[in-house]
Amino acid sequence: MLPWVLRRSFQAGLVVLAMTLLVFAGLHVAGNPVDILVPPDADAAERARIAAVFGLDRPLWRQYLLFLERAVQGDLGRSFIHNRPALSLVFERLPATLELSVLALLLAAGFGISLGLFAGLRPQTLPSRLIMAGSVVGLSLPTFWVGLMLVVAFSVRLGWLPSSGRGDTQAVLGVEWSFLTLDGLRHLALPAANLALFKVALILRLTRAGVREVVHLDYVRFARARGLAPSRVVGVHILRAIMIPIVTVIGLEFCSTIAFSMVTESIFAWPGMGRLMIESIQVLDRPVIVAYLVAVVLLFVAVNLLADLLYRLLDPRVGPADAPANATAGGAR
Amino acid sequence: MSLAAEAPPQQGEPQDGPRSSLATVWRDFAASGVALGSLAVFLLLAGAALLAPWIAPQNPFDLTQLDLLDGRLAPGSRSGAGGIYWLGTDDQGRDMLSAILHGLRLSLLVGIGSALVAGSAGTLVGLAAARAGGRADSALMRLADLQLAFPSILIALMVIAFLGRGIGNVLLALILVEWAYYARAARSAALVELKSEYVEAARCLVLPETRILLRHVLPNCLPSLVVIATTQVARAIALEATLSFLGLGVSVTEPSLGLLIANGRNYVLSGETWISLYPGVALLAVMAAINLAGDHLRDSLNPRLER
Repeated sequence: MLPWVLRRSFQAGLVVLAMTLLVFAGLHVAGNPVDILVPPDADAAERARIAAVFGLDRPLWRQYLLFLERAVQGDLGRSFIHNRPALSLVFERLPATLELSVLALLLAAGFGISLGLFAGLRPQTLPSRLIMAGSVVGLSLPTFWVGLMLVVAFSVRLGWLPSSGRGDTQAVLGVEWSFLTLDGLRHLALPAANLALFKVALILRLTRAGVREVVHLDYVRFARARGLAPSRVVGVHILRAIMIPIVTVIGLEFCSTIAFSMVTESIFAWPGMGRLMIESIQVLDRPVIVAYLVAVVLLFVAVNLLADLLYRLLDPRVGPADAPANATAGGAR
Repeated sequence: MSLAAEAPPQQGEPQDGPRSSLATVWRDFAASGVALGSLAVFLLLAGAALLAPWIAPQNPFDLTQLDLLDGRLAPGSRSGAGGIYWLGTDDQGRDMLSAILHGLRLSLLVGIGSALVAGSAGTLVGLAAARAGGRADSALMRLADLQLAFPSILIALMVIAFLGRGIGNVLLALILVEWAYYARAARSAALVELKSEYVEAARCLVLPETRILLRHVLPNCLPSLVVIATTQVARAIALEATLSFLGLGVSVTEPSLGLLIANGRNYVLSGETWISLYPGVALLAVMAAINLAGDHLRDSLNPRLER
């Protein structure tokens, strides 16, 4: 197990390194940073001086090493707009994004698994057909449009829930959280539901497929034949068998929830890091863009590593010999 | 995962070659009302979008045809010139129906265009990886896995952040997002095919390897690739609309459904919801039609799925 963990960690490190290289290269494709730093009427000598000050006259690989050296020290430059260190700007916004994404994922898991169980156990009934048809609609609904329509329905027409902001927050260990206050929860409801919708459809289809597969297996029939209560057969025998792929997918979906929260945050003016990223791209605030990308890549690589590890702990069938980078997407090997 | 589990079982086996197997797939597909319905909706929308310049009541991007006095009229209102705005107008007096038809055109162009390019490139990579094996194979597949580990919108945003907005960059972003799915599917299908006897037979005839791959292996990999293409087209359409909605997609002079919805967002709070509502309904309709048809196509192409 330990050699495997070490090897996977090493690979994860390589991925992070590759992504920083990509981000760095992307910055240079995007344009010469000197153009942003000097006034438009500067002459060649002034440009050369500025370039020298920021190390932009050195060969690219030296600049990359410098970039890495600073990045390791947590210095990814200062925001052009906010004139503050870019990385701390991103980290300040992280809790808002985290609580939104986690709540959305919990909602998705709760609704997805229970609806999927129902549709899988009684596939021919009308509610099941409606659930499956609904899941196709759920997969086809553009998230940003649903967000707008939620605002129209619940904020404008019914006036039940607020349409923007975080509401009251409660500080825990110096970090402000919305989910600890009633007002904050009211503000969380619409964005979390919006973000969860697509994942509900995904998880319910996965659950249903899993249930349909195991429900005909002998051990489930035997459990029924023994006269066990249906709730026990479903809750213990069926659920346990299908839980591993579902947990893995939920873990992997965490990353995509964080990424797609950009869209939801923009609609509901939720002050998370995704909205910061969108605003930064619109005004070309490059240090913040880089800081967001680096932070998100680190987070995703860590989550993937953790999901891989959990998967191996949960499923004894995954031997130490093969190391699927992405267990659910792995093809023939 | 099928809504068509009740599809009647096949009567009789197909007698001759590939032609009849296509017919089988079609028969199976057409046996489901949902599948046929969604195909019809898709063809209707695609046809309307294709013919938009000729059938739309006005050219929504010809400013001389717009009348500011007709701005933000509710659906069904009469225009100053006497026509009826069936889906209302936006703040510039643009007929929403015309704008949506032109927007659908762009959506389908982007969705299908990116699927064609990414599909060809990804398939070639997958076939080459399956054929080469060894280090080249594992390097290419690691790259695909690595990319699939990152959410599509993040990759697309990186492209836009570095290269700027515009339809060309959006297409590039979509192609970069999509290729890995095709590469993975093509590789795993090709690995199976390469072990089969007809490939061995072709090798005994000393046919060139590229010919074996493209003329013998590729056609047998196509079914799974076609299914992936349907979901990818729907995803590409959604991603383009999302990027455009965020102001990071096509430029404002292009007719995008995402831009139309973003434009209507300013009036949502005052209750003028139709500007955002109908472009979204169009988007939903085209994506649901593609997803449903793709779902049934997958079941029809893979009889082993039937329980």
